[in-house]
Amino acid sequence: MQLTVWTYEGPPHVGAMRVATALTDVHYVLHAPQGDTYADLLFTMIERLPRRPPVTYTTFQARDLGGDTAELFKVAAREAFERFKPNTMLVGASCTAELIQDDPAGLARALNLPIPVVALELPSYQRKENWGASETFYQVVRALAGRGVPAPGTARPPRDADARPRCNVLGPTALGFRHRDDVREISNLLTHMGVDINVVAPLDASSDDLRRLGEADFNVVLYPEIGALTAQWLQRSFGQPATKTVPIGAGATRDFITEVAQLAGLDPAASLARAESRSRWYARSVDSTYLTGKRVFIFGDATHAVAAARVASTELGFTVVGLGTYSREFAREVRAAAALYGVAPLISDDYLEIEAAIAELQPELVLGTQMERHIAKRLGVPCAVISAPVHVQDYPARFSPQMGFEGANVLFDTWVHPLMMGLEEHLIGMFRGDTEFHADAAPSHLGASTAAVSTPVDAPPVVAAAAQVDIGAAVAEADWAADAQKELHKIPFFVRGKARRNTERYARDRGLSVITIETLYDAKAHFSH
Amino acid sequence: MSAVIAIREVVDEGCTSAPVLRERGQREVFCGLTSIIWLHRKVQDAFFLVVGSRTCAHLIQSAAGVMIFAEPRFATAIIDERDLAGLADANEELDRVVTQLLQRRPEIRLLFLVGSCPSEVIKLDLSRAAARLSGTFTPRVRVLSFSGSGIETTFTQGEDACLAALVPGLPPEAPAAAASLLVVGALADVVEDQFTRLFAQLGIGPVQFFPPRRADAMPTVGPQTRMLLAQPFLATTARALEDRGVQRLDAPFPLGVEGTTLWLQAAASAFGVPAARFDEVTLPSRSRATQAVARHRARLQGQRIFFFPDSQLEIPIARFLAREIGMALVEVGTPYLHRQHLAQELALLPAGTVLSEGQHVERQLDRCRAANPDIVVCGLGLANPLEAEGMTTKWSIELVFTPIQGYEQAADLAELFARPLVRRLRLAA
Repeated sequence: MQLTVWTYEGPPHVGAMRVATALTDVHYVLHAPQGDTYADLLFTMIERLPRRPPVTYTTFQARDLGGDTAELFKVAAREAFERFKPNTMLVGASCTAELIQDDPAGLARALNLPIPVVALELPSYQRKENWGASETFYQVVRALAGRGVPAPGTARPPRDADARPRCNVLGPTALGFRHRDDVREISNLLTHMGVDINVVAPLDASSDDLRRLGEADFNVVLYPEIGALTAQWLQRSFGQPATKTVPIGAGATRDFITEVAQLAGLDPAASLARAESRSRWYARSVDSTYLTGKRVFIFGDATHAVAAARVASTELGFTVVGLGTYSREFAREVRAAAALYGVAPLISDDYLEIEAAIAELQPELVLGTQMERHIAKRLGVPCAVISAPVHVQDYPARFSPQMGFEGANVLFDTWVHPLMMGLEEHLIGMFRGDTEFHADAAPSHLGASTAAVSTPVDAPPVVAAAAQVDIGAAVAEADWAADAQKELHKIPFFVRGKARRNTERYARDRGLSVITIETLYDAKAHFSH
Repeated sequence: MSAVIAIREVVDEGCTSAPVLRERGQREVFCGLTSIIWLHRKVQDAFFLVVGSRTCAHLIQSAAGVMIFAEPRFATAIIDERDLAGLADANEELDRVVTQLLQRRPEIRLLFLVGSCPSEVIKLDLSRAAARLSGTFTPRVRVLSFSGSGIETTFTQGEDACLAALVPGLPPEAPAAAASLLVVGALADVVEDQFTRLFAQLGIGPVQFFPPRRADAMPTVGPQTRMLLAQPFLATTARALEDRGVQRLDAPFPLGVEGTTLWLQAAASAFGVPAARFDEVTLPSRSRATQAVARHRARLQGQRIFFFPDSQLEIPIARFLAREIGMALVEVGTPYLHRQHLAQELALLPAGTVLSEGQHVERQLDRCRAANPDIVVCGLGLANPLEAEGMTTKWSIELVFTPIQGYEQAADLAELFARPLVRRLRLAA
């Protein structure tokens, strides 16, 4: 049993819903009690889809448990087939139905429906949403494309000399973070490179489209959490290689172009020469000097977190002070990335642990999910969202990809926007008692609504406790002289905690009983080398 | 009590004996766990620990939406496969999680273990666990349990189950206590304060509210207690209170001017308030509210409305919209129809109103599309898809999360239905 305040991922059947909703002619019959229909609102309210997800819930009740819940399933499946006329049906159980073991697969088989029925085994008590999406995508593809698989050992026939290379784009689903925009951006990029797109899946793909997956020359995997398993199977079955680079950030997009060109047998030079990225110029422009060394904490799904760390570090000149993911399945990739930046990887889906890490590290910018947005808001730290889970405001009306060169521009804008502007930060450094530009002021371009940010009303106990411990320890070891305390307050709030800790450490190491202004500046000089 | 006479009086009126379409099928409603979203705000030193699956945790945070900003007073103990291996193990795990939680949150005085579909199916006995944990943590923390599972409860029934769990522990009224009034059902604080003032002016008292705002301020109950239900979904709680000797005052619910007046009137009659005094106290509020409601009547009169089942508030709200606003009721769906508590409501409902109980969402959508109403009241999963089909909708959850009871809120309640229609006109212009 795990104590959970907020969860980063839903249960695996929500992952299956994301795939079913992305596909155009599939219906999912889910053996589930009343209440599980809440998942519909993720799609209709958060993603604002104008249609219901293609899901039928059997809605069994306590009084059915002694009776025939299996019959309930059969009726629901038959009615769903007749009403929605899908070309493929998915059947499965949610967490409660898994416990009553009605065997949706066998029950569906007994109905003898004239369409492919894919039975999903998604262990709710072990696995989570992204795994469920990945597994569902894989099972549907295997069921539909499986018949076209050539005999083992059959060599892939070479492409006609005059045919353009063709690829599939794998991974985008419903309820994905900017999946729709990423698909548009990357599809344009591929088309300009001279690569035709065979099928994009699961987003907007039909059952027939999935049957044609084997016709492509290679696969582009946009979201490994969802698409990698299927890509591996396609590689084994059809000999299609797959991309490894996720094109988030200008540098990664250039790498992606090179990798695609190689898989497609094209020369990347022309595409790379044509590549235009405003974000790179903006980062080089002198206004961006103030971004140098900004301490950034990054958390999200593995793909977005690792990519964000690269962009933050090499394209914006930030310093990565924390990197983590809730995707345990991809912990290895995140550990490897964390090693690059010399930080300890945080592999956890415990919201409280991530909150404590952010409070401890005191970053100047948090790049995270909607959960980290709430943590950052409470701590008064600027934040931008880089990964699911996200809320309704992260489904913008405008085109706003994360991938490709336009995606890199979006990253520059959205990450820099929450920060102080360069000269503003200097003014705060110079005139700390100013009524407008003082240490606790929010960035001026963010308006009054963020003024409350620096004075969190509802500080969580974990932070309050940590702060108390801090203060308590300080009192026990070295007292702050009043004027030193006042001087400390002149340091901008986002680095004040660090300055306090460093000064106290300096005093402790030297056995000082009182921290004076001199101690503060001695410590500053000591730690600044 | 005059309940028998009242029923005989209304026996041929309204929808008292109207047929009800009982439906079975997919239900597009929340389970009782969702009640935690307002209960945890109402009782400020209580904490709700759902013992359930990742689905339960995901449900509550998705339904809570924007409220994620605050440090919540709810959490989920997520059952994993190790717990499913053996029940003794699950109990030990639960003890560990509760201990961890209480260490983190020393301000908790009342802890609810909330049962879910998985905990019910594996027969994890949460009432026994609550008794055991209460023993461990007494006197600092009381531990109670109730079920918010979807196999047993629909949306607001979670509040019913929660309040019913509190009833056995309510302190008894003093032996020689004078009659007191107990208002049952969570209300917005502002509404409670308004009612408190009205009862004081009427000379009715003492008045207690259940649930209280703090766990250490539980109301006393006994044979001298008269209860007035403020919400229509409290079947189990009312029965538990009746078992404690509390007498229920039969009344419609305090929605709209008429409902509020009849609701207050029920208390006034029970406490012997003279009619003149009642009018003197309520007339200013009544006429102010009637005027405010009339402004919306012009806009809403004759508009045809269709209710999907959600909170059990459907019938009282439909009665208000039909009688005070002049809207036409196409179908009024409710997850559960409690004939006794709703007797006066049904009597007031226009004869011939189509009532449905339970849900087969696909068939109900067919009926709704065929009827093509002017406005549809439905849950969050259906609203945008129906808007995309060209219908005008009102999210039913807003009716639960908005102060709508009492005189001062009657016009607000009407406005909730006017706004979507006004918006549609504006966007079309």
